Amino acid sequence: MNTIWALAGVVIKELYRRKDFYVLLVLTVLLTILAGSVVFFQDPNIVRYIKDLCMFLIWISSLLIAITMAARQIPAERENRTIFPLLAKPVTRGQVILGKFLGCWLASGAALVVFYLFFAVLTGTREHYWPVLDYVQAFLLQWIMLGIVTAMTLLGSILFAAPSSTVTILFIVAAGILFLGRHLNTVALHNPEPIRSIIYTIYFIIPHLELFDVRERVVNDWGLVSWLACGLATLYAAAYTGLFLLLTWLGFRRKSLT
Amino acid sequence: MKKIPTGWLLALLLTLCFTLATVFVPRVGWWNAVPRAADWNKAQSQSDNVFKLLFGEGRRLFANEMFVMADVYFHSGYYPSMFDRQDTDRDVADPAHGQADDSDSTSDDFLGPPPDWLAALERQFVPNRHTHLSSGGPSGHVKEVEVQEILPWLKLATDMNPQMIDSYTVGAYWLRRLHKPEQARDFLFEGLRNNPGNTELLLDLGQLYLDDFHDTNKARNTWLAALRCWQAQDDNAKASVENKRLYGAITMALAHQAQVAGDWLQAIKYLEMVKQVSPYPDAIQKQIDEAEKKAAGGQ
Repeated sequence: MNTIWALAGVVIKELYRRKDFYVLLVLTVLLTILAGSVVFFQDPNIVRYIKDLCMFLIWISSLLIAITMAARQIPAERENRTIFPLLAKPVTRGQVILGKFLGCWLASGAALVVFYLFFAVLTGTREHYWPVLDYVQAFLLQWIMLGIVTAMTLLGSILFAAPSSTVTILFIVAAGILFLGRHLNTVALHNPEPIRSIIYTIYFIIPHLELFDVRERVVNDWGLVSWLACGLATLYAAAYTGLFLLLTWLGFRRKSLT
Repeated sequence: MKKIPTGWLLALLLTLCFTLATVFVPRVGWWNAVPRAADWNKAQSQSDNVFKLLFGEGRRLFANEMFVMADVYFHSGYYPSMFDRQDTDRDVADPAHGQADDSDSTSDDFLGPPPDWLAALERQFVPNRHTHLSSGGPSGHVKEVEVQEILPWLKLATDMNPQMIDSYTVGAYWLRRLHKPEQARDFLFEGLRNNPGNTELLLDLGQLYLDDFHDTNKARNTWLAALRCWQAQDDNAKASVENKRLYGAITMALAHQAQVAGDWLQAIKYLEMVKQVSPYPDAIQKQIDEAEKKAAGGQ
């Protein structure tokens, strides 16, 4: 376990050494403050459109951070040839995968904490109302979702040739699932067989990332999601994350490093 | 932690300064030029130039989306997607059009029963009940002032398409409900600047003068202006159902005004005009008969 933590530590350090996180944070802050500086009908209490925009930017930024970070981990080790001294130590390929995953996931979580702190301060100062538990739940669900995305990206980095193609493909896949995932069953029902069965199969196979998207609830003050539902969603995410990590390990185990 | 290079900090500060300048310089200009705070919206209406610059005439395509967003916010996010059964009726506009604000309606329960376990689980994480902001929102205890959240979208809709009359009338209606008659008046003025002589806007403006400013003279003059504008239209436009409804509403408002003022002859004249377009001419005739009796009694 110490080996996995050591590998994860290196990845976390990478988060604050690289500029991606700072750039995304500054962009999110600037765009939100710009939107917030507009006063509609002399009413400074109008706040939901700012919350909506800020949450949207947080989702885009966190996905970008998680995908770009996870996509370059293994290819960078191979390109710089640092994978050889790493595997020459008593470190298995499985531990490398787990360490990279844990590092990327924790780093995305750390970045997400900063984004959510900004969100909480912004909305708190505008609304004078602090639904901390709602924000914590939204953060946890988003972080769990980033776990699936990180594991999926690590698998992509084994399958695809370059980090750039992994990033592009994974971003399209994640965005596609987030926008269309929950509607595939409706689309399936409007189609004849065998297309209906095919779409329904895809619907059940894909990891439903949108399950963890509680933006609408947070923005519109719907209150907390039942913790039982959150628990079930966590189990669902754990199953997919485990599956993707297993597939990554199987792919990496047989992959030539030269 | 690695120290951030000075060049980066400088670039960041420059970006921040430039952004703040773009926000504050125009405001300071307006403050100096127009000391009245109410003119903020007037100045802001010029922002349609920004949208025009960015999107050209294509911006009009987005206006309807902005109006839909107001309806989405009115329902606190519980709204059918492009994949669900959609109702063309926008609940946010119903009260402004004189229809009941029916928040208990189940007709908009577009979701239906969940088709599978995954859909059932997903519904826990999204807005899953039909509510209206005007009647408490999802928690049921939100104050009516929360309806203000729809206003930015209505403003953006008018910025995108200054000829979208519904955005002005619906926006003005909710501003009035929020006890902001000055803002409602300014918004209708903005609509009239962009759509000179629009009868629907003039009708609403007259009602605003009567109900919120208790200025019967201004209300009557505005409705008279609305009537003149209506009569100036060509015959084809006058024949449309919507225009006939407007004609009926304007003349009815004038008739009511005349009745309140005790000017029964004038009231009869306007009621005769209402009768021409009313779907209930018998009921209007009864009102005319009553007015005639009162006119005869008065004389």
